[in-house]
Amino acid sequence: MAAPAGAPLFSRTAHVQRAERRQAIAKWLTFAMAVSMILPLVAIVGYLLYRAAPSLSWEFLTDVPRRGMREGGIWPAFVGTLYLVGLSLAVSAPIGVLAAIYLHEYAKDNWFNRLINLAVINLAGVPSIVHALFGLGAFVYAARFGYSILSASLTLAIMTLPVIIASTREALASVPTAFRAACWNVGASRWQTIRGVVLPNSISGILTGVILQVSRAAGETAPVMFTGAVFFKAVSRGDLFPYRLTDQCMALSMHLYTVSTQVPNVKESIPYATAIVLLGSVLMVNASAIALRVWLRNRKRW
Amino acid sequence: MVSESGGRAGIGAGAAASAGAGRAVFRRPIASRLAERALETLIRLSGVSAIVFVLAIFFFIFREAAPVLFSPGFKLSEFLFSTQWFPTSASHVRYGTLALTIGSLSVTGVAIALAVPFGLGAAIYVSEFCGPRLKEGLKIVIELLAAIPSVVWGFIGLTVMSRITIALTGTPVGVNLLNGGIILALMSVPIIVSIGEDALKAVPDSYREAALAMGANRWQTVYRVLIPAARNGLLAAVLLGVGRAVGETMAVLMATGHAVNVPHSLLDSVRTLTANIAAELGEAAAGSDHYRVLFLTGTLLFVITFAVNLAADLAIRGVRKR
Repeated sequence: MAAPAGAPLFSRTAHVQRAERRQAIAKWLTFAMAVSMILPLVAIVGYLLYRAAPSLSWEFLTDVPRRGMREGGIWPAFVGTLYLVGLSLAVSAPIGVLAAIYLHEYAKDNWFNRLINLAVINLAGVPSIVHALFGLGAFVYAARFGYSILSASLTLAIMTLPVIIASTREALASVPTAFRAACWNVGASRWQTIRGVVLPNSISGILTGVILQVSRAAGETAPVMFTGAVFFKAVSRGDLFPYRLTDQCMALSMHLYTVSTQVPNVKESIPYATAIVLLGSVLMVNASAIALRVWLRNRKRW
Repeated sequence: MVSESGGRAGIGAGAAASAGAGRAVFRRPIASRLAERALETLIRLSGVSAIVFVLAIFFFIFREAAPVLFSPGFKLSEFLFSTQWFPTSASHVRYGTLALTIGSLSVTGVAIALAVPFGLGAAIYVSEFCGPRLKEGLKIVIELLAAIPSVVWGFIGLTVMSRITIALTGTPVGVNLLNGGIILALMSVPIIVSIGEDALKAVPDSYREAALAMGANRWQTVYRVLIPAARNGLLAAVLLGVGRAVGETMAVLMATGHAVNVPHSLLDSVRTLTANIAAELGEAAAGSDHYRVLFLTGTLLFVITFAVNLAADLAIRGVRKR
């Protein structure tokens, strides 16, 4: 493109200036879009905290609900959530990790394994309420576990399975193929290679994925609502082991739904405080998983 | 199996045990080989489990739903195309889900109309315009946003967003289509951003370099080169966002109001297919027509999300092929 006579050789033409103006606008616009989904949320969480403040205390966490959940704390719900999350992970983590090992280390690229991949993707996309229906039909009625912690955590386990598979696969994929090839070349079998080389190098990534699932399982409401969680369960204060496997239990997510929509005349700050405890624990677990991941990435040696 | 014999450099416990046999071929103890075989079988079984679970979900839901298809009081055309949902009426029982389907579609529509431009814009910013530190920070924040439980979103819709809606529009009821749409949009944006960002990252750097070498600036590169090149991945991002919006339960249950009707404006209350199941399953007696119709709704939802996910998967596969 020839510059007009007399102008310096590398001055911007009108065309370039227009393009740069457009770029500046686009940059600010996309920046505004990125910020506009974050800032309102920070404001909202701040507002929730402000409204929750009168109830937030150690007492609130360790006390049992009183006067038909209009006062008191959330201990039974908090412990119930710990039970559900712990049990569901105990089921889904081994199956998920093994399934990911199969898909990443053993499976050839044929129609059957593509079908498995498709199944994993679909399992991840099934709505939570459909998982609830499945849990009700399969575990509560067909398997005769009844409404119980067992049914609810099995439902949660199937729900979290695809995400554990996905994150484990990613962790396995981050181990270079050269590591495996070196191990095969000294005569190790496939499983010995996985055990001796692949797993030690990816275990931290796998753990991060599993920790992230803790937060997802803790926040789910619909799947536990119809399979084992109840409005209220009498539990003594600060009791760490109040439930048996076949009992129904309270859950934090369900408790938030209950106190904010089903119970009239709840003390104003209680639903807010429940929301803050749920949100706080989920975000804390998540943030620690992310911190673990960042730390591990920084000390990776290859 | 790679090798059962030859020089083995001390990997696995069985190596040392049979090393003293005095022959050139080392064999591991039979127990060790059997254990390995058993473990590999277990791994294969776990791999297949995903298929088993998907089939089981469909089977058990449909098993509860199927008897109603042959019940005298039920017509499939009414179920799909009638707007009358009176499951507990004494004399005038109707199981028409059209209003619920329209409710689902309209909430999803509002959410997607808001979330797609914002999500793709943010994805472009994160992927192409911001520096590495800010990018790291934004990605972490987006991941945290995606982790907020749906019941907390619902609570935000019920308390904060409904007040804002009332203050801005002057409607008497704050929980409505607009409120639910905004909440759902906020929920699906993180998915759209993270998958959209992946799609843009998957475009080879040589494309960017070629465009920049031709004298295009960054924005020209984005909309002339990157967006067309990442089209399928961006489509998949949008579809997965739609999938999340359609399947979301607790948030829409709490934020859209509870009226079963066909909405005429953004400020009407609606009820979605998912919220309807959540609201009524507890009251429907097991084995009743009402209970079975709710399971049939679940089957319908399963099929819808299956189709959406399949489409997204095909779109992503299209990216990989090229």
